[in-house]
Amino acid sequence: MHASFPILTALILLPVLGAVLITVISNKHLELVKLIAMLFSVGVGGMSIWLLASFHSHEDRFQFVSQHDWVSSWGISWHLGVDGISLFLVVLTGILFPLVILGIDPHHDHKRYLAWLLLLEAGVMGSFLSLDLFLFFIFFEIVLVPMYFLIGGWGYDKRVYAATKFFLYTMLGSAFMLVGIIATAVLARRDIGYLTFDLVTLAEHASFATNTGRWLFVSFAIAFAVKVPIFPLHTWLPDAHTQAPTGGSVILAGVLLKMGTYGFLRFGLYLFPAAAVWAKPVLLTLAVIGIIYGAIAATMQTDLKRLVAYSSVAHLGFIVLGIFAITSQSLTGSVMQMVNHGVSTGALFLLVGMIYERRHTRQIAELRGIQSVAPIFAATFMIVMLSSIGVPGLNGFAGEFLVLIGSFQSARWWTIVAATGVILAALYLLWAYQRVFHGEPDEANSTFAELTLREGVLMLAFIGLIGFTGLYPKPMLERIEPSVDKLVEHVVAHSDYKVPTTPNVVVEPHGEKEGE
Amino acid sequence: MVLAAGLVGPSIPWVELIPILSLLGGACFLLLVGSLVPNWPRRGYAWVTGVSAVVAIVANAIKWNNLYYNKGALFLADAISIDRFSVLASIAICLALVMSALLVSAYLLRMNADGPELYALLLTAGIGALVMVSANDLIVLFLGLETLSLSLYLLAASNRDREESQESGLKYFILGGFSSAFFLYGVALIFGSTGSTKISGISEALSGNISVLRTDALLLVGIGMLLVGLGFKVSAAPFHIWTPDVYEGAPTPVTAFMASVGKVAAFAALMRVLMVGLEQRADDWRPVVWALALLTVFVGSILAVVQTNVKRMLAYSSISHAGFILVGVEAAGHMSGDGIASSMNYLAIYTVLVMGSFAIVLAMSGNSDGETNLSDFKGLAKRRPALALAFTVLLFAQAGVPLTAGFVAKFAVIKSAVEVDSYVLAVAAMVAAVIGAYLYLRIAVSMWLEEPVSENEISVDPAVVVVIALAVVATLVVGLFPELLLQATRLARFAPR
Repeated sequence: MHASFPILTALILLPVLGAVLITVISNKHLELVKLIAMLFSVGVGGMSIWLLASFHSHEDRFQFVSQHDWVSSWGISWHLGVDGISLFLVVLTGILFPLVILGIDPHHDHKRYLAWLLLLEAGVMGSFLSLDLFLFFIFFEIVLVPMYFLIGGWGYDKRVYAATKFFLYTMLGSAFMLVGIIATAVLARRDIGYLTFDLVTLAEHASFATNTGRWLFVSFAIAFAVKVPIFPLHTWLPDAHTQAPTGGSVILAGVLLKMGTYGFLRFGLYLFPAAAVWAKPVLLTLAVIGIIYGAIAATMQTDLKRLVAYSSVAHLGFIVLGIFAITSQSLTGSVMQMVNHGVSTGALFLLVGMIYERRHTRQIAELRGIQSVAPIFAATFMIVMLSSIGVPGLNGFAGEFLVLIGSFQSARWWTIVAATGVILAALYLLWAYQRVFHGEPDEANSTFAELTLREGVLMLAFIGLIGFTGLYPKPMLERIEPSVDKLVEHVVAHSDYKVPTTPNVVVEPHGEKEGE
Repeated sequence: MVLAAGLVGPSIPWVELIPILSLLGGACFLLLVGSLVPNWPRRGYAWVTGVSAVVAIVANAIKWNNLYYNKGALFLADAISIDRFSVLASIAICLALVMSALLVSAYLLRMNADGPELYALLLTAGIGALVMVSANDLIVLFLGLETLSLSLYLLAASNRDREESQESGLKYFILGGFSSAFFLYGVALIFGSTGSTKISGISEALSGNISVLRTDALLLVGIGMLLVGLGFKVSAAPFHIWTPDVYEGAPTPVTAFMASVGKVAAFAALMRVLMVGLEQRADDWRPVVWALALLTVFVGSILAVVQTNVKRMLAYSSISHAGFILVGVEAAGHMSGDGIASSMNYLAIYTVLVMGSFAIVLAMSGNSDGETNLSDFKGLAKRRPALALAFTVLLFAQAGVPLTAGFVAKFAVIKSAVEVDSYVLAVAAMVAAVIGAYLYLRIAVSMWLEEPVSENEISVDPAVVVVIALAVVATLVVGLFPELLLQATRLARFAPR
């Protein structure tokens, strides 16, 4: 059943329309501007949930496909589609943006802020929905512009430096990818007979010589590794996160970083399976280094936001580990973890933003005893933090556990080292919690305000997501798994890689039944 | 007398020459009537200029259509070639001419110095450019080059109140004279080794159809000299040194004209000489172009980083754009793929971008035409948001951000390079583009993220608004729907021999 309404196109164009409307409205009608931003983002969110509801689970093909010629001399088409891998990222994007728009006040220049945010949403949606290499590149790259202005315009002291670093770093990565994309299409012309940038056509019909495929994979991998970010290309991230406004951080951690890991799945494994298998050991090693390094660096931070930023490096390391372990479970776990990390870390950044609003500092040393002044705030922080650590029953556990159990089969030693990262996560987060929330509040902290109603509702939405996915991940799994299985089969069929068949683990995400 | 009787002139294809004649007519009219009738209506001179350029555009458009079935032909005793390549380049030149006329009118009205001279010089420069893009004879090419250059020297020095303008004109004149000498010497050497100055004749000689003295050393040195001469005109590194000084000193509309028309004409001539005349020796000149391209993209983008004057920044960015076009020329040198089409595509898009960008600089430059420091652009978004937005679009387009024409241009060039396996050049050019992007970000930062320093009223002349609007709309439309332009540039072929 195909909906005749081009819902995927609408998901991209609606935010653009909203941004244009906001731009043309005079600055005087601030309430109208806010209303439009709200309507459009909630509308897109609603549509993404409708998409989730009408998505056929247990199917591995692309759904809601819409395809139109665009630049025919270059074989470029407007080709969108969604499958189990992208579905939840689209939904996450759809949910996160209205929450950010409704819940966070940028304090100045609302009009421009909201317009950039809506454009950003369009770009992110586009990257997750594109099934054409050219189209994907366009969205992948265009995202930089709104994010650049959001960090630069509404960030903290060193915002211009951070925004510029973010822009150039990511653009450098994509420079290689652009050459890679063109080379892929040009070289595949021999096999296919005509020039096309269509992902599915390329992946199914093109075959590259071993070395060519490796070079092409590397050109893509550099772009994605910067975006994820994978150690040692992560240095832009702490700066960008620390300097970005809260809304920017939430979006950055929530969905922007996922464009990199998603890219590895969609354009790395799918397009260059043999090369991805070849690069497996390197990327697994870098992922594990990222996990340990991110955790250690997070422990050392004195700035709460920087701490959360480094924890992202570690978490993203788990996702990359799962991707390059290439087993059904590890990939499913990675996809889940992409969403989970978006929710948990997004919520953490929100809370850190709230702390900054109240205290105008993020230095851990200057915060103390908040728990006794603002118990609900502390409890919220605790739940979100536990979800980030991966405590069973919350969302972080389901994804991380699947990643570890899946990776253990095909990348045992890497997984053993990576598993210590879980302990480290508990260490740095709990220690931070202890320093910030426990103890007797000093004078400055004794007036720390409790969650307001607006903040409470906002956090409730996040906690709802955390709890639901943690307790009942089945609906998510049955939508992700078919696509992931298909991807694994594709990799096996197009490379000499074999999925390890030993301990056939049946995973019940609650964790009560393991093994047969 | 005896000699003259035996001399039979070639038949003149008047219809084919309409574009050139139209500009010539406009120039003569301006100078004659302008000196006889002292008080012209406001923007009267600009209208005359614009109308002659529009006539030329229309004539070219009709020619484009007529060329649908034949591939073009040589005229005037094989001295000029009318083909889709020359027609497309002519259209780009004449469009830039119209926009320059608009900018000059705004500039002169602000300076309170309206007069026909600048317009007449624009038109004569345009004639030179049109001759260059269709010349099939190196001597005719040289005539066009000199007509263009002499007009540009005068235009650059035309602001008598600014010392920088004088300096710019003189510098350009001296260095340009040197480069012309190189070019001419190259012509002589090539004539010595092939026995022809006709571009198609050189090609025939090199492919062995006509037996001549074939001295390799002469020919190679000749090719080198030609590359130096034309490399200077397109401001390819290491012959770019004049560009920042001249661009900064010249009156802003003249800079816009120089950067667009001058570059289109020089690149079109370069491509015709290399691709038609020296096609047989592509293996000899291609490595040179490769090195020039590599050097130019990096010199342009790295040196741009340390500049503090927006006009200078744009000068360096135009150098790096020249490098990108050279990447396309190098790809064309492999004699397969679509290097010519992608270079033409880049030239057309670059023309629009550079026009729009300098139009904004003109709007900001104040009554002295000298307020072009980066600090003058601080907080522009607070003072004139629409102007800042337009500049941002054009700058991001120059950086190659998707959904703008600039991305289409870069994509096409990189694609043509990849198609002929020039991976090193493709990757290097993209990396240079990222370095170059820092420059555009710096200007964007000043406009959007810093507080205004100057509170002067920015008055934007309607003519400038028209140019900016045209450029921005074209940038976005081509960025979203590049198909039409791509098809047109793909048809841009040279006339068969």
